[in-house]
Amino acid sequence: MNLFIHNTRPYGEGDPVDVVVSDGVITELGAGLTAPEGAETIDADGLVLLPGFVDLHVHLREPGGEESETIETGSRAAALGGFTAVFAMPNTDPVADNAVVVEYVHRRGAEVGLVDVHPVGAVTVGLEGAKLAELGTMAQSAANVRMFSDDGRCVNDPLIMRRALEYASALDVVIAQHAEDHRLTAGAQANEGVVASRLGLAGWPATAEETVVARDCALAREARAALHVCHVSSQRTIDVLRAAKEAGVRVSAEVTPHHLLLTDAALTSYDPVNKVNPPLRTAADTKAMRAALAEGVIDVVATDHAPHAAQYKDTEWAAAKPGMLGLQTALSVLVHTMVEPGLLDWRGVARVLSERPAEITGLPDQGRPIAVGEPATFALVDPEAQWTVRGAALASKASNTPYEGMRLPGVVVATVLRGRVTARDGQVRNG
Amino acid sequence: MKHLLSVTDLDAAAANGLLDTADRLRQALLGREVRKLPTLRGRTVITMFYEDSTRTRVSFEIAGKWMSADTVNVSAKGSSVSKGESLRDTSLTLSAMGADCVIVRHPASGAAHRLAAWADRDATMTGTHTSIVNAGDGTHEHPTQALLDAATLRDRLGSIAGRRIGIVGDVLHSRVARSNVFLLATLGAEVVLIAPPTLLPVGVEQWPCRVSPELDAELPGLDAVMMLRVQAERMHGAFFPSAREYAVRYGLSDQRAALLPEHAVVLHPGPMVRGMEIAPSVADSPRAAILAQVRNGVHVRMAVLYHLLAGAPE
Repeated sequence: MNLFIHNTRPYGEGDPVDVVVSDGVITELGAGLTAPEGAETIDADGLVLLPGFVDLHVHLREPGGEESETIETGSRAAALGGFTAVFAMPNTDPVADNAVVVEYVHRRGAEVGLVDVHPVGAVTVGLEGAKLAELGTMAQSAANVRMFSDDGRCVNDPLIMRRALEYASALDVVIAQHAEDHRLTAGAQANEGVVASRLGLAGWPATAEETVVARDCALAREARAALHVCHVSSQRTIDVLRAAKEAGVRVSAEVTPHHLLLTDAALTSYDPVNKVNPPLRTAADTKAMRAALAEGVIDVVATDHAPHAAQYKDTEWAAAKPGMLGLQTALSVLVHTMVEPGLLDWRGVARVLSERPAEITGLPDQGRPIAVGEPATFALVDPEAQWTVRGAALASKASNTPYEGMRLPGVVVATVLRGRVTARDGQVRNG
Repeated sequence: MKHLLSVTDLDAAAANGLLDTADRLRQALLGREVRKLPTLRGRTVITMFYEDSTRTRVSFEIAGKWMSADTVNVSAKGSSVSKGESLRDTSLTLSAMGADCVIVRHPASGAAHRLAAWADRDATMTGTHTSIVNAGDGTHEHPTQALLDAATLRDRLGSIAGRRIGIVGDVLHSRVARSNVFLLATLGAEVVLIAPPTLLPVGVEQWPCRVSPELDAELPGLDAVMMLRVQAERMHGAFFPSAREYAVRYGLSDQRAALLPEHAVVLHPGPMVRGMEIAPSVADSPRAAILAQVRNGVHVRMAVLYHLLAGAPE
């Protein structure tokens, strides 16, 4: 299975080159190459070639939430969004807190074959925060779990978090924390501040995130463990992260596309499509997120892709489940918020969407350089094209996108996973 | 006016228009043997209450009946709501039955906004039109309460513009406070919120009002004071230490009421916790307008139904 990409610009730099791929590996790279016989040819016409995107944070809902998403529909959305690896959070039903469930998710992902699906294991049994799950068994299972998280809930108990970090350090895996002090967010519905107070929505204080991140950084330092902070949303959390990184703590952090773009000003309609955990915050926060991502204090962009069927979203605000789709809009939001304003170049996009996430989780064949001998795992991007988001047209089973009707820049033209085209021109290529 | 969801749907002219209509309706009913106007004959008004309420529901029902509308009351208990039907399905079902107006009370902030959005979406498909009235949504708003408070203040003080109104107590959890702050500000009053910091929302500094923690210092300058209901359970969330301490610091006792100017009015949206936020002798004193608020409630709600269903008079 051979592939020939004609006239593309790796990382959006320099003159266009041709890329020859055979058996999943880049075999030639340069100007004026010849397509091997029988190779599928993509005429890239100056489009930007990037390493395939790696998403450290998605919810694929299978098993148990198939009315909202399945591993298959989520994989299709991932491929169309330029992703070649995703990390599926364990808050399924049953919870992915044991080898059986993580192996199921991993196997289903491989069967679908559109994207590498890496199950994230739960830190505690049943996500209940009380008893450590069998991290070692999951790490050594066929699913080869690299990351553990109770995402959706915080590992609130400092002793459990300490033990998890200590235990994880010997397994060389990452603990990803959903940083939210549940005592401070009891009943919370929206970012605490001017908008929530006017709308009568119980406030979700930024301190609930900041204090947990500060505590966890202290615990990770002592345990010499790798800590990953999920979906940073508040300005002051960035100061905590910067200080911890300067002190040598092994901490990484992600920001979601929606926390780069959207603010709580969107809440005045009470449409729960804008309800998400952590909540949309203020314009000052989105500005700080962008700056921190450019600076590298925030390492990666992760979508927190969270599909919810209409019955969970078309309700009154308080009854709606938090979360929004993200896989197919991530690149466009990143282009709109970071590339177009000059905060990030295409090298930077490759770093935050591919190289760093692969590095954090130790994936050997993702986020690799575009060079001869490296895996042919790419996203080919048209930076000039624009498109209008329509939830109903997205590949996910659910359609809860907060970007409905928005016109966004940046289109993923093709996605390639180890030499196989998984999506091209908006169509998924089933294996 | 299509729906009444928030007092911010009303500018000063629209709010005064409603208050004037309420006045005219009150005059029209005075001395009548049969207290019924034919204005809304043949129109169907449904109250849909997801929270216990006596005064608001009854007040709307009487308002509808005095205008000759057909009124139907739906409560969350004993309807399909208790079988797990969604708010959306319940509201669309009532629209499909021909409700011209649905008056909703719901524990979720924004519930009335959602109902209005669904009703409007439905209207574009079916051509039927249902007006939504917010009768209290979570901790967001209670617009007709603010309108009846404004009507009462206008009666007692002669005017609202330039008057200083104190609102005392649990502002954080109060939809009455939110509606009053914004309506009274629209009508030109100076509003002062008086509460411990734990019972004020973060972000209150952006509201069109002043904030003070000291009741005694504010009382001599007030034209009216509105005491909010305080739920004793709030002390479990550490909002204040005890009911007794609350009464000592923020209760309207006889001694405190004596600090008010002679003309100042005392309001309470009810239900009152006598002895906690207000002393019984103050609640029953001539300066208290608490029953006048209730009386005005019916006329104000008649005016709201009139403007929504028959159109505001020119």
